[in-house]
Amino acid sequence: MGKVINIQPVTRIEGHAKVSITLDDAGNVADTKLYVQTLRGFEKFCEGRPVEEMPRTVCHICGICPWAHHLASCKAADACFGVTPPPTAVKLRRLMQSIAYVSDKILHFYFLAAPDFVIGPDADYSVRNVIGIVQAAPEIAKQVVHMRHLGAQIIEGFAGRAIHPTFSVPGGVSKPMTEAERQKILPQAQELLEFSKFSLQFAKENVFPKYLDAIKSIGVIKVGYLGTVTEDGALDFYDGKLRLMDPDGKYEDFAYDQYTDYLGEFVEPWSYQKFPYAKKWGKLNMSLDTPVGVYRTNTLSRINVADKMATPLAQKELEEFRAAFGRPAHFTLLYHYARLIELLQCAETAVQLLEDPEITGTEIRVPITPRAARGVGCVEAPRGTLIHDYECDAQGLITKINLIVGTTHNNAAMNMSVEQAAKEFIKEGTYDQGILNKVEMAIRAYDP
Amino acid sequence: MAVKVVEDWLNACSGCEISILNIGDALLDLLPQLEFAHITALVDHKFYGQLGDGTTMEIPEAVVGIVSGGVRNEEQKHELEEIRKKVKFLISLGSCACYGGVPAQANMFKNEEVFDKVFRDCVTTEPAPDPADPNVPKWTPTCAAVDEVVKVDVAIPGCPPHPDWIADALLALLGGKTSWSLPERSVCDTCPVIREQKSGGGPVKRWLQNMEFNPEEGLEKMRCINEQGFLCMGPVTLAGCAGKTSVPRCIQARTPCRGCFGPIRKGARPMVEMMGALTSVGLDPKTLVDRRAMMNRYIGGHKVLTVIPARPAR
Repeated sequence: MGKVINIQPVTRIEGHAKVSITLDDAGNVADTKLYVQTLRGFEKFCEGRPVEEMPRTVCHICGICPWAHHLASCKAADACFGVTPPPTAVKLRRLMQSIAYVSDKILHFYFLAAPDFVIGPDADYSVRNVIGIVQAAPEIAKQVVHMRHLGAQIIEGFAGRAIHPTFSVPGGVSKPMTEAERQKILPQAQELLEFSKFSLQFAKENVFPKYLDAIKSIGVIKVGYLGTVTEDGALDFYDGKLRLMDPDGKYEDFAYDQYTDYLGEFVEPWSYQKFPYAKKWGKLNMSLDTPVGVYRTNTLSRINVADKMATPLAQKELEEFRAAFGRPAHFTLLYHYARLIELLQCAETAVQLLEDPEITGTEIRVPITPRAARGVGCVEAPRGTLIHDYECDAQGLITKINLIVGTTHNNAAMNMSVEQAAKEFIKEGTYDQGILNKVEMAIRAYDP
Repeated sequence: MAVKVVEDWLNACSGCEISILNIGDALLDLLPQLEFAHITALVDHKFYGQLGDGTTMEIPEAVVGIVSGGVRNEEQKHELEEIRKKVKFLISLGSCACYGGVPAQANMFKNEEVFDKVFRDCVTTEPAPDPADPNVPKWTPTCAAVDEVVKVDVAIPGCPPHPDWIADALLALLGGKTSWSLPERSVCDTCPVIREQKSGGGPVKRWLQNMEFNPEEGLEKMRCINEQGFLCMGPVTLAGCAGKTSVPRCIQARTPCRGCFGPIRKGARPMVEMMGALTSVGLDPKTLVDRRAMMNRYIGGHKVLTVIPARPAR
């Protein structure tokens, strides 16, 4: 066996990973691996903790999407306690989630992904970053920093904490929204909506057209998709049923607590991150030519499984996207395009909720009493479907939990995309830092 | 001239890095003063060369090193030691770096128990041996705070730390200061609620119901959370979660403090002191469910949380 190239750390992603590319004697790619090197053990140390404390413990799984874990956990806890939160509480949860996701999607597109497109995939690493963008496009950078921050300020002003929130509680939320608060936040949400429209337009005019070749070549694989849809098939981040679509577009829908019938997790000796797969499709196989059981989550996956978007502007964009790329669309870099369509839905949803009279309702939490039960709660995190599955005893203390979280679903697919990109670009021992960056771009699309 | 900075996350969630970005509009003024020689979150500098052919981990020399997250595996430990060798000032950013953080609750269990659970006892997981490839670093004996491994010059606690303090500490170092710390005040010192030094007595209430308050009125009209009968870690927790200008963040959400900024001073014993605070308002602290984990949620490093031997079977 020949040389091994180690890309470590994988950068401009939200976690700890390393790629190794092993070349054969001729300098062609023999093997690739994406190693996830960290493990924290939430599944164990949550045992014994009170269920009502879980939403403010498991949010610490991810500091970028703490709202997603916070809400999935609340929904699992609601189910353990056997309660349905009042409509106003659900709307307030959805509102905070929508605004948090707007900030998240702005962060990913402009801070993490855009350097590859605005500065260029082959540019020197010292300028291929957000600081380079600040220099190349100072006006846009200023707007981006401002808008990301505005989202955080809205959440902190109302719900105290933007990162690692405490606002949502089993049975509802911790405080209602006053009319004065609503009036303050509505124009701010409208500002976020305007910026979301600008971002999508900007990308469609200035970014995507230049990179059509890259879109058709980097990280391309054909696998299945998982996401959440409402009863009538619209994309939803907070609630609905799970939809698992095979690579050709046929799908099955199922309720949260049926997930164990559909999904299994495989352990590889070389990664702390497990490999979820669709077990009804057969034994997991990650080969590029004949993959089995592999599905993806996150933006592209959600817009593939949904029949439609939930809001009018986002729906128009989905129609345009589908006219160009079909359903399901498989090109990996389209995750970025899909991310911006979702950005628009999140911003539209925030404005809609703030215009809904029920948002200032005062019934915000139902009483809860501990009991022995099991509860499964799911939401769509920016990076994919979160599955929180809790069991508790009669005192409401956790006895067992299972977690399948956003990026973990994409583990197999990311490994395949890395292999595809490495094989596409590294030939006969020839590669440079730009080519290695293209391998990382295949990972970055998944926003892990 | 820009000051060279090396930043990385260890056993972390990225929340501290997001908090750096939450410095907001002032970030654009701060950025040109900093030259990031390494920051995994934002810049594509690699430890093993840009072509991935290096054999040893290369950390660039820098004036300031910032690490978030505690130390959970051998590779994080090695990286931290390398960073320490290459920087003049080391900042531990956030409560994981300062105290072990939420993941240090794993210190209540043996490492084998955690691995057994994760890889062999989760409902969707097909049981398998622990990943043991050389590319997955071995766990360290405990989840440790950064200063259990190397010397730390500046500690910025919080989960996450408030952007005001991150900017403040960085500007202090850029301005030639060699130390920085938050003032030793408690969350209660910055909390405007009404206190009467007494509660209705009885057991400590679980967080199964909301507090009593009028949402149209400010916090200065709400009764203290401990005095309403719930656990609020305010009395034993370092103030500063809302930055320089605002009231404590969890209280603002009308939820109790859980101690994310850690103890008020080194050597404090927050669990003992909190039991005293509950007693002083007439509550029975022994009734608090899951007391040990609840009161040490963010500070399980430094041997604060340890494995309790199983009781002998009767």
